[in-house]
Amino acid sequence: MKSTRRSFLKGVGAGVFCLTLGQLGFDLGEAKAYAGSLKIEGAKEVISVCPFCSVCCQVIAYVRDGKLVSTEGDPDFPVNEGALCAKGAALYSMYTNDHRLKKPMYRAPNSDKWVEKDWDWTLKQIARRVKDARDKDMILKNGKGQTVNRLESIFWMGTSHASNEECAVIHQALRGLGVVHMDHQARV
Amino acid sequence: MTNHWIDIKNSDAVLIMGSNAAEHHPIAFKWITRAKENGAVLMHVDPKFSRTSARCDFHVPLRSGTDVPFLGGMVNYILENGLYFKEYVLSYTNAAFVVGKGYAFKDGLFSGFDSKKRAYDKSKWAFETGPDGVPVIDLTLKNERCVLNLLKKHYSRYTLKNVSDVTGVSRDNLLKVYKAFCATGAPDKAGTMLYALGWTQHTVGAQNIRLSSIVQLLLGNIGVAGGGINALRGEPNVQGSTDHALLYNNLPGYHATPQAQWQTLADYHKANTPVTKVKNSPNWWGNRPKYMVSLLKGWFGDAATPENDFCYGLLPKLEPGQDYSYMYVMDKMYDKKIRGGFIMGVNPMNSFPNTNKMRKALDNLDWLVCSEIHTSETTENWHRPGVDPKKIKTEVFLLPSAHRIEKDGTISNSGRWLQWFDQGVKPGGEARNFADVVVPLINMLRDMYKAEGGTLPEPLLKLHWPDKYDAEEWTRRINGFFWADGKAGDKTYKRGQLVPAFGFLKDDGSTSSLNWIYTGSYTEEEGNKSKRRDAGQTPMQANIGLFPNWSWCWPVNRRILYNRASVDMNGKPWNPEKAVIAWENGKWTGDVPDGPWAPMSEEKGTLPFIMNRDGHAQLYGPGLNDGPFPEHYEPAETPLASHPFSKQLSSPVYKFHTSDMDKMARAADPKYPIVLTTYNLTEHWCGGGETRNVPNLLEAEPQLYVEMSRELAEEKGIKNGDGVVIESIRGRVEAIAMVTVRIRPFKVMGKTVHLVGMPFCFGWTTPKCGDSTNRLTIGAYDPNTTIQESKACLVNVFKAGKLTELG
Repeated sequence: MKSTRRSFLKGVGAGVFCLTLGQLGFDLGEAKAYAGSLKIEGAKEVISVCPFCSVCCQVIAYVRDGKLVSTEGDPDFPVNEGALCAKGAALYSMYTNDHRLKKPMYRAPNSDKWVEKDWDWTLKQIARRVKDARDKDMILKNGKGQTVNRLESIFWMGTSHASNEECAVIHQALRGLGVVHMDHQARV
Repeated sequence: MTNHWIDIKNSDAVLIMGSNAAEHHPIAFKWITRAKENGAVLMHVDPKFSRTSARCDFHVPLRSGTDVPFLGGMVNYILENGLYFKEYVLSYTNAAFVVGKGYAFKDGLFSGFDSKKRAYDKSKWAFETGPDGVPVIDLTLKNERCVLNLLKKHYSRYTLKNVSDVTGVSRDNLLKVYKAFCATGAPDKAGTMLYALGWTQHTVGAQNIRLSSIVQLLLGNIGVAGGGINALRGEPNVQGSTDHALLYNNLPGYHATPQAQWQTLADYHKANTPVTKVKNSPNWWGNRPKYMVSLLKGWFGDAATPENDFCYGLLPKLEPGQDYSYMYVMDKMYDKKIRGGFIMGVNPMNSFPNTNKMRKALDNLDWLVCSEIHTSETTENWHRPGVDPKKIKTEVFLLPSAHRIEKDGTISNSGRWLQWFDQGVKPGGEARNFADVVVPLINMLRDMYKAEGGTLPEPLLKLHWPDKYDAEEWTRRINGFFWADGKAGDKTYKRGQLVPAFGFLKDDGSTSSLNWIYTGSYTEEEGNKSKRRDAGQTPMQANIGLFPNWSWCWPVNRRILYNRASVDMNGKPWNPEKAVIAWENGKWTGDVPDGPWAPMSEEKGTLPFIMNRDGHAQLYGPGLNDGPFPEHYEPAETPLASHPFSKQLSSPVYKFHTSDMDKMARAADPKYPIVLTTYNLTEHWCGGGETRNVPNLLEAEPQLYVEMSRELAEEKGIKNGDGVVIESIRGRVEAIAMVTVRIRPFKVMGKTVHLVGMPFCFGWTTPKCGDSTNRLTIGAYDPNTTIQESKACLVNVFKAGKLTELG
């Protein structure tokens, strides 16, 4: 494997790329001391991909003690070459955001509020509704007497946010359930 | 994309139409500016001047909804001036095929039209065949029914005058683009077309893209470096989610969903496996049964056997001709025909057209499951402004969703690169990824069916399904396994080992793959190729920016699709300076060629367009629902009462709904004289559900505005910064006026037509930022894709009194 900009930089300590090469060649100790003062000191680098448009800029997430401490563009990725747009650059603040949903929530019929629930209760409730609909509404034969095994009374929408693996899981599950009303953002 | 992001730098002419690439794909835009640094001409054809226009050599404003006349004029210009790449066109496209006598075109309608059904009988458009079933090809082009002659005739009406009259583009501007782009018809020049939703979100969306492919084929720009038709896809994994078909009409890997009339697997294969009579056509879809059986094997595992048709009979079957897409689901929901459902990672109550109807429809559900990172206009629909929650019966289950850095797996970028991402941190709070919702849910259902019985438990109980989700296990399932000891080439494999390439998938149940186009991405020999980070290239690959060892690309790591069309009959590159592949000493070098066969001039040589039955690219395409040649039709809502191309004002076959909330303004309605187009912003993503909740992004773009010309503002007594109301026949939206020279009035058919533009990323759950622009947009859909016409509808604009939606 060829030496990349990144492997070169890693050799002289993370974070030094804001210094000039002259400085590096001259006094490596100083560069290391500078890197040591950065918030990413001692952090693990994890390769991720920006979750917005399909340029799919690669991102390095810095993780320390199980917490995200910083994100930046991956300078070695041939497409984005380290750059990120306003959304990609805001990735870190998406994780430190109080507005995020943290627990399953339930809104009862005609209620005016959300109630926190646990996952087990929530999934059981959902499974019950799916099974009831499937048992009641599954169309085994159409008007011509052809076997059609389809469930039209429930639907699935989403999502281009899902990974390929998640898409494969979702597709297989829906065909097993007999759901035909399935769609996502590729059509919008 | 036929090509990939980096490849844009190889282009000699970049035509950006229906996209604001600089603002919506800002990082990829560097490859466009790199083309410019290399001497390319950059053109932006778009209703509005934007940062993209500012970086281009010229911006050409066109009235939204008139891409077909603009490009049709270009086809006419190419054919009238003999600018097409003759050898390419004659050898690689169906230009010389003779069309059957059933085809006709008269005053805006093709033959076979049934006005009651609003549909065509496409069998009328078939090619002429000889007694042996081989298509009749006349390379002399003397037969007046040759495709190229019909094409000439069809677009002869697309004169500069007609095109200019309808598009609002001056003749000078038309000629400027036509001349610059058509210069790439030279064998050693390449032009690329970059588009986004500005082309797809029209009632003629699919035909916009068809027509761009006609232009690109005439100019020999498909398959070459710096060429192609490149959809700048805007959603994070929309390429992968399309490949894996979270769509009613496809199975993973671009197979049709089974329909009621295909009761057995043999019926399915017969209807969906093309057979060619053209000797040197590879007809790759002839392999479909191998991929379909491997998919069934992947879904049902050991339960799928030759004796039980590999469980094909258990699959749901659609009624032929029925549309089960989003928009039809929403219409059925409005009619109270849907009980409940899942809306996961999408915010339709902000991003769907005619949102007032959509929001009301959602109230009719008994139950709804959402999985999101933040609350959104969809999750909160039950207490939206003006609605009493006590009257809304819907139970809502809201699941906290994991973010990208909290998950691992792969995505496929717009250039089809398969990119692995690792999990950096555990999901925040109790958030889960989508699969960690679906896998246990299906397991619960399986347990319930085992315990209680119920209707048709077999498809669920027979699924090859894990106890727990592990992303990389599914990367392997997607690639596929041997289910019996077997061979691939001269290598032997054991049951449970990975299949090395889709060429080794079988239709006898001995292999599986959840998506054949990804087979080869994860192998015993090289592991998970989506993780590759090797920038190694040959000099030939480096010359055009191919990175064959970085990640992996479907299919078979081919970075430029249709690349066999980048060489002549002898396998020599049309442009040796930017060769993609070349036939040297009896083998191919460069990119992975479109099939291993020798070039056409050799005895076993093959045609380049291997996914088309007869091996030729289709200038004449008898497959779409609205005609074999693109034709201009006005948007469903149009400021014109007539246009010069035919008496058929709007598409005769576009889809629409007829509920009491599906209203349309009549043509040239004086109450709604202004064209509205919609778009997005760098700082916000799609419906904005995520980015509006990020304070720094919201601060940068805080509220809904409407861009309008100075002339319109003056006419309406509106000043920059005023609060205004925009009204369509379907809804009313408040926004802040942005009076700007970026939008200019159009001169169309002798009258002034104003156009306004609005972002659609703002919604009521973010205080004071405004609410859905899509309350204005129209429920009229492309007849092929059912994509809504968000890019052109009719509105009016007034200065507002008191604002209630904006702070």
